[in-house]
Amino acid sequence: MSSIYRTLSGGTRRDIALACLAVWFIGLSYGAIAVASGFPLWVPAAQSVLVLAGASEFLFIGIVAAGGNPLAAAAAGLLVNARHLPYGLALPENLTGQGWRRRLLGSHVMNDESVVFALAQEDLPRKRAAYWACGLGVLLCWPAGAVLGALIGSVIADTGAFGLDAMFPAVILALIVPALRERQLRCAALIGAVIALATTPFLPPGLPELLALFAIAVNRKPA
Amino acid sequence: MKDPTLFAAGLITLSAGTFAFRLAGPVLRQRISFPPWAERLLETAAVILLAALVATTGLTEGHHLAGLARPAGVCVGGVLAWRKAPFLVVVLAAAATTAVLRLLGIP
Repeated sequence: MSSIYRTLSGGTRRDIALACLAVWFIGLSYGAIAVASGFPLWVPAAQSVLVLAGASEFLFIGIVAAGGNPLAAAAAGLLVNARHLPYGLALPENLTGQGWRRRLLGSHVMNDESVVFALAQEDLPRKRAAYWACGLGVLLCWPAGAVLGALIGSVIADTGAFGLDAMFPAVILALIVPALRERQLRCAALIGAVIALATTPFLPPGLPELLALFAIAVNRKPA
Repeated sequence: MKDPTLFAAGLITLSAGTFAFRLAGPVLRQRISFPPWAERLLETAAVILLAALVATTGLTEGHHLAGLARPAGVCVGGVLAWRKAPFLVVVLAAAATTAVLRLLGIP
């Protein structure tokens, strides 16, 4: 851990800490919403550790709370989490380090935040340090937030009053903004967003996001 | 939660499947090398997925459009992020905007 600390610049350490704090806040809203939807505390607690992917957990809870089949909810969550496959391909080889324990834990801490911070660093040692720092930070902050949120949520019913539902989309948006500065990617992302919005009224959750991938076809034409 | 066994099966499926997705990338990467156009395609796919996720979670509720408060909060966050505001400022401003609008009676 101390070598991770020394490898990263002060600014990167601060940004990672802020990202983890934001994850903690979203965890609060997640735990509170789960309890408000009628789930016992162990559900957000177990999911936050085992799944460790916010969007899919919100989706899973939302579909089951609406009376959906849990297996269908899991399928929808998996659709959303399919993006971790391209993430793993986009990361440099041997990012997590040697040994199967590091490989397994290193895969589990792969998330939107740890991938973005790793990709933003210049060399492999820094990429590795940023990835582990952010990944382990999220592994701590997400469940901690979820459990505290569940405890608070059983007291406060209306989490919407605090605007917590705006946090998740804002976090993801903030993370993809650097990519959106590139015109071609921005066009593809916009078309994908429009496809998802246009199909949301007619399709089960999770599918609109996958349909959005048709926007790739646009991106392949020269801009 | 009507059927605890089915619920547990769903939870385990989501956990195991997500881990499989996470593990597959690095494992595949060691065995196959992707041409640059394929890597570019994968990167684009990831950004499109995330953008679609922002649109659906930020603007819709169930099968309908959400009220005004959440989309407004997300927009404020987006503008701040574009202007390179710190991460936490972006996220807290989004939540605060939504909370204040709801306080004013806007859903």
